[in-house]
Amino acid sequence: MSVTAISKVVTANDLRSGEVLYLRFPHSWTPELARASVIKDNDLAKASLAFAQGQPNAVVGAYLSDVIDKSDGPKASHFRERFRSTGPSNYRHGKQEL
Amino acid sequence: MYQYSRFDHEFIAERVAQFRAQVARRLDGSLTEDEFKPLRLMNGLYLQLHAYMLRVAIPYGTLNSRQMRQLAMIAERWDKGYGHFTTRQNIQFNWPKLEDVPVILQALADVEMHAIQTSGNTVRNVTADHFAGAAADELADPRPIAELIRQWSTDHPEFQFLPRKFKIAVTGSPNDRAVTRAHDIGLRMTKQDGLRGFEVIVGGGLGRTPMIGKTLSPFVPLDDLLPYLEAVVSTYNLLGRRDNKYKARIKITTHENGIEEIKQRVEAQFAKIKLRFAGADLQLLKDIEQQFAPPKFRASSEPVEADSAPAQSPAFRAWLDTNISAHKTPGYAIVSVSLKKPGATPGDASADQMRALAEIARNFGHDELRISHEQNVILPHVLRTDLPQVFQALRQADLAAANIGLISDIIACPGMDYCALATARSIPVAQQIATRFQALKLEHDVGPLKLKISGCINACGHHHVGHIGILGLEKAGVESYQITLGGDAGAEAEIGTRAGPGFGADEIVPAIERLLLGYLQLRLDRNESFLEAYRRLGLAPFKALLYPQARKAA
Repeated sequence: MSVTAISKVVTANDLRSGEVLYLRFPHSWTPELARASVIKDNDLAKASLAFAQGQPNAVVGAYLSDVIDKSDGPKASHFRERFRSTGPSNYRHGKQEL
Repeated sequence: MYQYSRFDHEFIAERVAQFRAQVARRLDGSLTEDEFKPLRLMNGLYLQLHAYMLRVAIPYGTLNSRQMRQLAMIAERWDKGYGHFTTRQNIQFNWPKLEDVPVILQALADVEMHAIQTSGNTVRNVTADHFAGAAADELADPRPIAELIRQWSTDHPEFQFLPRKFKIAVTGSPNDRAVTRAHDIGLRMTKQDGLRGFEVIVGGGLGRTPMIGKTLSPFVPLDDLLPYLEAVVSTYNLLGRRDNKYKARIKITTHENGIEEIKQRVEAQFAKIKLRFAGADLQLLKDIEQQFAPPKFRASSEPVEADSAPAQSPAFRAWLDTNISAHKTPGYAIVSVSLKKPGATPGDASADQMRALAEIARNFGHDELRISHEQNVILPHVLRTDLPQVFQALRQADLAAANIGLISDIIACPGMDYCALATARSIPVAQQIATRFQALKLEHDVGPLKLKISGCINACGHHHVGHIGILGLEKAGVESYQITLGGDAGAEAEIGTRAGPGFGADEIVPAIERLLLGYLQLRLDRNESFLEAYRRLGLAPFKALLYPQARKAA
């Protein structure tokens, strides 16, 4: 197992499409959880969330989400976040169309 | 069916124009999300897990073929080629882009539809018996009253900020197909001394505190109905709690104050406001009633019965057995089109299927369609002689599942596959149960069964009133499913009883299988339904089937 620690990412929904996005340092958004920047420091978490909330014309509803930091990128630690990062299970829609 | 008046057209056009400007202001940064959110919710636009979701009202579940084709067009052009029909006779589009929503609303307005008051603390889409205007057992078509209520409640200045959302359901039949006892107000048509009126039921609801509605008045004459409803909602508006969201529905107001107190206040308010209505409501109702005149039914001299035509296939006969209901006009039938083919998502229809349904309705169904709260589509007026052709056309559209009222005819909310409020998924559970029982070939043996699944305590999937209810929750970081038994959505509505601890996602289907295989052993004979057996035997033997380990341990 390459689990190292419980860590966080900043996630939100795209204002225009509603798609789930993740913050990638320094200041871009990615639809892929695996490419999100993992934050392991509380001050940085606070600052990153503030940065996200300061982009009301790009994203909606930003929050910090727990992840498991693995060698091939962060994975959601809760099933709700896992579904957000993958898309619905009944159709290959959303991120599964990529 | 009802055609929009000039007023309706102007009102909807104005709202579309307003929302177009509001979206533009949101996109250019003039409106913050906090400012915009209530505006989008007023127009039925939610932000869900993966995307925006637009909830469109289908008042009292009635559509014509032109409207159904427009829904197909919207699904194809601005969504992902399908729509999801809900337990409140709405359709939801799961993937619209914010900037496309104003043009979608315009496309809806073009066919006299809208998404107004499909969210927020207002009077929501008025639902009705999906067999309204066709059922052999109804006193009269309840839809004119439902339309009157739609007009009265839409943009009603007093009722735009109620303590909480407010749902009204209407039925014209003693066999309740509209779950009236689980609504904030349920209206059941009745007659007294030859006079038409309604039993007014108040304070029903599911959600975290499920309650069966209580009769506020056994008979309100038709002439008094609208001022009486206004008195009820007005009383609730003042008395309902605003300090706690979970105690704000009228079911709690009724529970805390008592039905007698509510009755007294409603009657005092009614006396005050009745004269103000001055008959304008009744004149309007007369005009509306004319628009709901029954179609010109054709007389048919050659009834086709399931066993009279040798060429009929077993598949057709099976479909006739389950998907056809009695029509009030000789020679006609009501066709229920199942959106529950085993393995499919309950309530979903592709754009192609919607167009096929529109075409069938136009060719064989007097241009009428209904959406049921059980997430199926109804062709209310089909000549029995046309049934073989209708079946063929449905089969071509992959819409011929013969399972209405059986275990695979499952109500399921979108659950955590889409909904931001959900605590677990519903859709995969429904898919797995339906395909499992198809594989076992036991569906017809098990017989009439209402299985209802909700992905959270808000109970959009009506699990409390399922003969078998499944509630998806989170337990210790995984999905967990609680089973309730003995619920009933019919005229003698009842809330089910929780059977015991929840089951994991991989345990729920085997648990349902044990339960139903066991029921086949417990029942007196084939005629005793699951619900009847449960009522006769009580919870204990069914609980033992669900929890065999507990039995062994004891």
